Amino acid sequence: MNSDSGAIGNVPVLELKSLCKSFDGLQAVRDVTLQIMPGDRKAIIGPNGAGKTTLFNVITGIYPATSGQVVLFGQDVTGWPSHRRTALGMARTFQVTSLFPKLTVLDNVLLAIEGLRRSKFVMWRFLSSYKEVYEKAYSLLEQAGFLDRKDLEVRNLSHGEQRQLEIVLGLASDPKILLLDEPAAGLSSGESTEMTAFLMKLDPRLAILLIEHDMDVVFDVASQISVLHFGEVLESGTPQQIHSSAKVQEIYLGTD
Amino acid sequence: MVSQQIKIAMVAAALVAFAYIVPHSGSFVVLLATRAMAFAILAMSVDLLLGYTGLASMGQAAYFGVGAYLTAILAAKFHFGLGWDFWLVVLLGILIGAALAALFGLFAIRAGGDYFLMITLALGQCAWGLAYRWNSLTGGDNGINLNARPSFGLDLGNQVTFFYLVFAFFAVSMVLMYVLVRSPFGRSLTGIRERELRMQILGYNTWLHKYIAFIIAGGFGGLAGVLWAHTNGHVSPETVVLTTSVDALLMVVLGGAGTLVGATIGTAIVFGLREYLSTLVPWWQYMLGGVYVLTILYLPMGLMGIPSRLRQRIASQGKSEGSKRLATKPS
Repeated sequence: MNSDSGAIGNVPVLELKSLCKSFDGLQAVRDVTLQIMPGDRKAIIGPNGAGKTTLFNVITGIYPATSGQVVLFGQDVTGWPSHRRTALGMARTFQVTSLFPKLTVLDNVLLAIEGLRRSKFVMWRFLSSYKEVYEKAYSLLEQAGFLDRKDLEVRNLSHGEQRQLEIVLGLASDPKILLLDEPAAGLSSGESTEMTAFLMKLDPRLAILLIEHDMDVVFDVASQISVLHFGEVLESGTPQQIHSSAKVQEIYLGTD
Repeated sequence: MVSQQIKIAMVAAALVAFAYIVPHSGSFVVLLATRAMAFAILAMSVDLLLGYTGLASMGQAAYFGVGAYLTAILAAKFHFGLGWDFWLVVLLGILIGAALAALFGLFAIRAGGDYFLMITLALGQCAWGLAYRWNSLTGGDNGINLNARPSFGLDLGNQVTFFYLVFAFFAVSMVLMYVLVRSPFGRSLTGIRERELRMQILGYNTWLHKYIAFIIAGGFGGLAGVLWAHTNGHVSPETVVLTTSVDALLMVVLGGAGTLVGATIGTAIVFGLREYLSTLVPWWQYMLGGVYVLTILYLPMGLMGIPSRLRQRIASQGKSEGSKRLATKPS
């Protein structure tokens, strides 16, 4: 997939075209249009209930879109199930930590790596005999600084560690675009600085779409910010533009 | 990883000891052990779904029953499967169990949790209804008698020979399922049990994985049914009744869901208790019920959960002693 990076350079990794999602009467996402190019770092901010997580769920195929299109690497994936979107090169993390709590750190990462391999259907060979899968797991864990805790059950990790592991699982499929749903949720200010450093270290070619409430993380990581309010994109711009926008001040930053 | 090898060695040693001791323990024990082993294959297949995939199936008796009826009908009506063709019946039994699971799975796998349980229960009852009502094929309420066991060089009419055959099937099934649950596919089932949504986001088609697991469990159920038919010498709607499914499920819970050895131990204990208690007291069923209730209340991980529970207790005792020491130190 890396071979034709020149061609990919012109095609948005992710494009939302007038995306809408309503639950019975409630319009959770209204007419959202967004374009993400390779290596882009974009953030979506907005008050609670603005429809940010719903937007992610529609992008990743957990909820079907009511209308509009999700285009991934130039392909219309609007009706596709989640696992096929992942196979194209999209990964996400969850606002509420969604790891495998009773499995070890290593097992969590192994499952994440196997997700896009054909060998996930092999049932006549031990998983432990797949050397290259283990090597990849070790290198991922080493980069994230988890190697010493690989045999711990995930439920015994601290909240901050679990938030980081969420991202490691997202990276295991070598995605071209990573959707991060509040990576710093519930972190102390020290932990959230650590998280920011962790995010800044990620491969610059990886596109990131970030939902976050912690403005320090957003302003450090993102170069473009969109503000979502009642499911609509209210304003988009650079962190400076958003920071000084009167409208945004009123609905979001001002209410702090 | 060494501890895993020790566990394997312990199970292997227990199986060898079992195969050595049982034939020397009288014909009643041999027959009981044979029945228990045939049923243990069914219990392990239930564990594949309940313990490893997190699917509580209440209809596994259907696949068990279809394997048993296939064996009985072929033997009684066509004299098929009483010589070398017994192996063909084994193969057909596995295939028909898997095929029925492939059909039922289309309905059941769509649902999750309690709905899955209800749908499998309903489908299982359909199988029972067919066995009960389709008189011309199944003999209705009377069932079908098998007059002789297969004989092909080995005379399976001999209890001990038959015991060894069923033992071999049981041991091979256990090894196959052990490899399965440790394979990439088996690990994916555990991931689905723990958090299905995350598995989808990681790129797994979880429906397909559950469907395949359901079919495999059906195949093992069919195999158990073939062996059961020859062990019992009689197949009737009793074989397919809801109680059979529930028994298998309770054995797994009693032994410890998520461990194949647990499913086996659960089966052994229930078969043992049922046979021995029923000769001792007329109200043995209450005792069995009491065992189940106590297990679920105090050992949610089943009997196989005892070692880790003990370890936890020792660890927490050590900790509380440590904190006591700390508390007294400052003064």
